[in-house]
Amino acid sequence: MPIDIDIAHVAKLARIELSEEEMAAYRAQLGVILDHAAKVQALPTEGVPPTSHPLDMVNAFRDDVVTSSLDRDEVLSQAPDATDGFFRVPPSLDNE
Amino acid sequence: MKWEPVIGIEVHVELETASKMFCGCAVDFEAEPNTNVCPVCLGLPGALPVPNRKAIEWITKIGLAFNCSISERSQFHRKNYFYSDQPKNYQISQFDVPVCHDGWLDVMVDGVTSRIRINRAHMEEDTGKSIHVGDSGRIHSATETLLNFNRAGVPLVEIVSEADIRSAAQARAYAQDLRTVVAALGVSDAKLEEGSIRFDANVSIRPVGTEPFGTKVEVKNMNSFRSLERAVDYEIHRQESVLKSGGIIHQETRHWDEGEGVTHSMRSKEGSSDYRYFPEPDLLPIEVTDEWRDAIAATLPEMPAARVLRYVALGADADSAASLAGSAALATLFESAVEAGAPGNVAANWLTGEVTAWSRRESLDVAESALTGEHVRDLAAMVAANSLSSTAAKEVLGYVLAGEGGPVEVATAHDLVQISDSGALEEAVDEVIADNEEQFARLVGGEDKLIGFFVGLVMRVTGGKADPRAVTEIIRSRIG
Amino acid sequence: MTELSQLTLVEAAAALRAGDCTSVALTESVLDRASLTEASVHAYLTIDRLGALAAAEASDRRIADEKPIGLLDGLPIALKDNMMTKGIETTASSKILSGYIPPYDGTVVRRLREAGAVFVGKTNLDEFAMGSSTENSAYGPTRNPWNLDTVPGGSSGGSAAAVAAGSALAALGSDTGGSIRQPAALCGLVGTKPTYGLVSRYGLIAFASSLDQIGPLTRSVQDAAILYEAIAGHDPHDATSFPGPAPSGTERLGAGVEGLRVGVVNELSADGIDDEVVAAFRATVDRLEKAGAEIVELSLPSTATALSAYYLIAPAECSANLARFDGVRYGLRVAGSTVDEMMSLTRAEGFGSEVIRRILLGTYALSAGYYDAFYGQAQRVRTLIIQEFARAYEQVDVLVSPTAPAPAFELGAKTQDPLSMYMQDICTIPSNLSGHPAMSVPVGLSASGLPIGFQVMAPALGETVMFQVASAIEALSDDIGRPVLEVVAS
Repeated sequence: MPIDIDIAHVAKLARIELSEEEMAAYRAQLGVILDHAAKVQALPTEGVPPTSHPLDMVNAFRDDVVTSSLDRDEVLSQAPDATDGFFRVPPSLDNE
Repeated sequence: MKWEPVIGIEVHVELETASKMFCGCAVDFEAEPNTNVCPVCLGLPGALPVPNRKAIEWITKIGLAFNCSISERSQFHRKNYFYSDQPKNYQISQFDVPVCHDGWLDVMVDGVTSRIRINRAHMEEDTGKSIHVGDSGRIHSATETLLNFNRAGVPLVEIVSEADIRSAAQARAYAQDLRTVVAALGVSDAKLEEGSIRFDANVSIRPVGTEPFGTKVEVKNMNSFRSLERAVDYEIHRQESVLKSGGIIHQETRHWDEGEGVTHSMRSKEGSSDYRYFPEPDLLPIEVTDEWRDAIAATLPEMPAARVLRYVALGADADSAASLAGSAALATLFESAVEAGAPGNVAANWLTGEVTAWSRRESLDVAESALTGEHVRDLAAMVAANSLSSTAAKEVLGYVLAGEGGPVEVATAHDLVQISDSGALEEAVDEVIADNEEQFARLVGGEDKLIGFFVGLVMRVTGGKADPRAVTEIIRSRIG
Repeated sequence: MTELSQLTLVEAAAALRAGDCTSVALTESVLDRASLTEASVHAYLTIDRLGALAAAEASDRRIADEKPIGLLDGLPIALKDNMMTKGIETTASSKILSGYIPPYDGTVVRRLREAGAVFVGKTNLDEFAMGSSTENSAYGPTRNPWNLDTVPGGSSGGSAAAVAAGSALAALGSDTGGSIRQPAALCGLVGTKPTYGLVSRYGLIAFASSLDQIGPLTRSVQDAAILYEAIAGHDPHDATSFPGPAPSGTERLGAGVEGLRVGVVNELSADGIDDEVVAAFRATVDRLEKAGAEIVELSLPSTATALSAYYLIAPAECSANLARFDGVRYGLRVAGSTVDEMMSLTRAEGFGSEVIRRILLGTYALSAGYYDAFYGQAQRVRTLIIQEFARAYEQVDVLVSPTAPAPAFELGAKTQDPLSMYMQDICTIPSNLSGHPAMSVPVGLSASGLPIGFQVMAPALGETVMFQVASAIEALSDDIGRPVLEVVAS
C-alpha cells in the first residue's frame, strides 16, 4: 500500500517549484519507493544505536590558524549576479 | 487577574578566534566584502568543514564559567533551512547533545539574588550579512539584497536559559551579567552594539500561582540593554492587554521597534520551523575528556562574582566593587593601588568616580591613560594629609591621567599644594585678623557667618593654597 | 597508435621508462581514440586536449632527465565530472552547474596532478552521481563500448566507458551505492571502492556524505592497487579522513588464496540475480576453492533490508548536500521576483527528475514526525548491518558476491521504473553502509558478449587481503578481451 505524502509541503521545504502534474507524478513515485524503504521498520532495533559515521572516531580538529582565502574576483566571476564586491539576489519576502 | 511574566533569554556570542569555525579564513569584521571567503564558508561544491579546536576550548570555557556540565561526547547536527545568507542552506549546529548543559547564573535585582538556570550552550556557525537595498530605505520595500560572506562561518556560541526570568529588569540584569562574564573570559569582545553578542527574548505570561506556561512570543532586534528591558516590558504589557480583552496570544516572532517603542509581528515564515535536524555526517563527534576539561578549567579567570566579594573585602563598597570588577582596566588599577598601600575605599571611590568620569569625557579607555596604582595611592595620601583640597585633587588627577607625571610632581608644578602647615596658616590668620579688627569683633560678638569672610581673606592671602578646614579651626581658636 | 591506448598503467609506465614511447605519444593515442569513439560512446563531457598535452610534455621532460615523480608520471587518466578541477568546467552532469569553473582542485585531483598524471578530461555521470546507468545525465547518456545499445552502468558510466573504449588508461570514479563497481562490472573493468575515510572527499561534489568514496576504474587489479595507493591517505581538509596510514594494496598481489576463508553471502548470490551471472559467480567460486581457498556459505539477513535503508539515508543526506545549489553564489540562476521564487525556479529547472525525486524523498524522510520512523530507523538498521558483517568477518577473510544482478541492459529499459533501477545496487550497497572496502573483477562474458563482474568485499582497512583475492581471481579467470567498437573516423 503506497504511502501518501504531502508533496506540496515537501517541495516547499526543498525549494523546488513543481507543477500540479509533476507533483502528482512524484507523489506516486515516492509513495512506491517509501513503501519499499519502510521495510526498515520491520527490523527490531530496540537498544540499537544509530550509525552516523562508519568509522568509530572522534575529534578531527584544525588549529586556529589563518590560511589564505580565495581571490574575490575569481569567486565573483562565477556568481550569477554581483556588484561592487557583493553577491546580489532578489529581495526576500520577509526580511530579518 | 494578576499575571506573572515568564521569560527565557537566548544569547549568541561571536568568538574572537583568529580563523573561522570550519575553515582557515580570517575572522575580520573590517575587511572588504567577500575577501575572507573560501570553498568551505562559501558553500562551494565539494567543500568540507573541519572544526576549530580553539572554538571547542572556548565554548567549554564559557560553559564552565556558567557552572555547566560538559558533555563527554557531543555531536554536530545540520539545521536545514533556505536563506540567501546561509551558503549551504543548512547551518552546522548542535541539536540534542550540546557541548555544555545544565548551568546557572545568579543575578541580583534590587538587592534580591535569583538563580537563572542555563539549559545549554552549543556550538554553531554564523551566517553571512545581508544588506537589503530599497528605494525608500525601509526594510520591507527592498528591491534587492546584497550579500557579504565574510561573517559566514564565524564561530558562534548559543546560550539558552530556562524560562526562569520574571521581570524585564531581571532580564536586563541577566543579559548584562552574562555579558560581563563572557567578556571576562577573553573569548569575545561581546559588544551588543556591534553584534558580537546578540540577545533574543522568549516572553509569555501566566496567572500568578499557576504552573503551565502561556504561549511564548520570541522578541528580536534589541540592540542595547536598555532596549532589551523596554522591549520585554512592552511585550509583557501587550500580552496582558490582549488576554484582558479576551484575545489569545499567537506563537510568533516579533520585532522590537526602538523608535516607536513597540513590537511588530513579523510575517510568519510558514514551514520554516521544520529544520529536519540530523547528525552532521561530515563531522566526527566531539569528545571532551576529563583531562581536557580540567585543563580548560585551569585557564578560567576569576569570575566577576568572586571578584566583587574580594574587592568588598579590600574595602570597596558593594556598588563600586561591582563597577571595578566589570572593567579590566579599573580592576587592575584598583588591585595595584591597594597593593601599593592605598586604602581600598578611597581607591575605589577615585576609580569609579573621577577616573571613570574622565574616561567618558575624553572617550578614552582608562588603560590608555598614564594612571598607575602608585599614582592613586599617592593622590589618596596627599588628600588624607590635607596637602590637596578636594577640588585641587581632581585637577591633579586630570594632569596625571594626561601623562604629566605623578601627583606630587604635578601638584607642585601647578602650584596646587595646599598649605596645611599650622605655623604658616596661623601667621596668615593672625595677619588677616589684625587687618580686620572691626569684623573680628563682630565675629567674636556672635556673627558666626563672618567666619566665611575671614576664611576667604586667608585664602586670598595664601593664593588659594590654604586648607580651608584648618583655617576655620584656627580662626575659631582665636575667637576663644 | 591505438595500441598505446590499450596498455595498462603498469605496462605504459614500463614503456615510458624503457623509452619505448613518450607521454605525449600515449596521450595522443588516447586522444585519438576519443576522437574516434566519442560520437558513439560519449564518455566525456570535457576533453582538455591542451592541458593534457602540456602535462604530457612536462612528464616527458622529467622522464628524459630520469626524474619521473613516480609510476603515474605521464599516464593519461580520466576524472569523473563530480570532482572539482581548478579552471576546468565541472558540472556533475547537471544543468545547474553548466559552465561552472571551480576555483580549486579537490585533494585527490591535486595529489594525482602532483604525481604527474595527465588528465584527459572529465567524464559523464548520472546527474550528481544518482543513478545506475548514466542515463540521468543532463548532457545525454553514455553508451557501453561492448554494445552501444546498452548502458555502461552508473553513476561512473563515463569513466568506465572511457577506459573500456581506450580513451583513457584508467579513470577515477565515485561510489555511494555501487557507482564504481557496477559500471566496472558492466564494462569489463576492475572497479574499487576503498574503505570509507581512506580517500579524501574534499573536492568531491557530495551526494551522500557518509557513503561516498572516490576510487579507481582500471584494466587490471595491479593498476587498481597502484592507483588506490596514489590517492589514499589522511587529508586534514576532510574531517572524516582516516588518520592512520592507508593499508597497502600491492603488498600481497599474486600471493594466491591458499588457506584464505572466502564467505559466500547467500542473500546476495541467487535471489534477483540473472542466471548467467549466478553461473559465472559460482564458476569463479569453484576456481577459488580449487586454488586452495576455504569456501564458507554465510547468511547475512540484514542485507535484504540494506537497499531500503540506503534509500532513506542517501536521499536524506543528499537533500541537504544539494541545498547549496540555489542560484545565489554560482551556477544556474532562473530569475524570480523574490529570492525564494528565484531559488525554487532555479532548482526546478536545473535539477533532473531523478535528483528531484531523491531530494523530495530525503526531505520527507527527515521531516517533522517522520524522522524516527524513516531516517532514524534506517541509521539503526545500518548498525545492525555493520554488526552482522563484523560477526561474518570473524569466520571469513573476505566475502564474495556477484557485483551487478545482470549484465548491461538496454538504454531506456529501466528508466520508467525507479525501483527497478535501484535494484541494480542490491549487491553493492551493503559495503557502502558498512564503510568496508569492496571491488569488482571481470570474470567472464554473457552469451551475448557482455561482461560479468565478481565482487570481493573485505573488512574495514582490509585492502591488502581484498586486492590479494582479487588478483587471484583475475589470474584464474579467462581474459575477456576488449570491446570491438565500430568507430566512425571523424
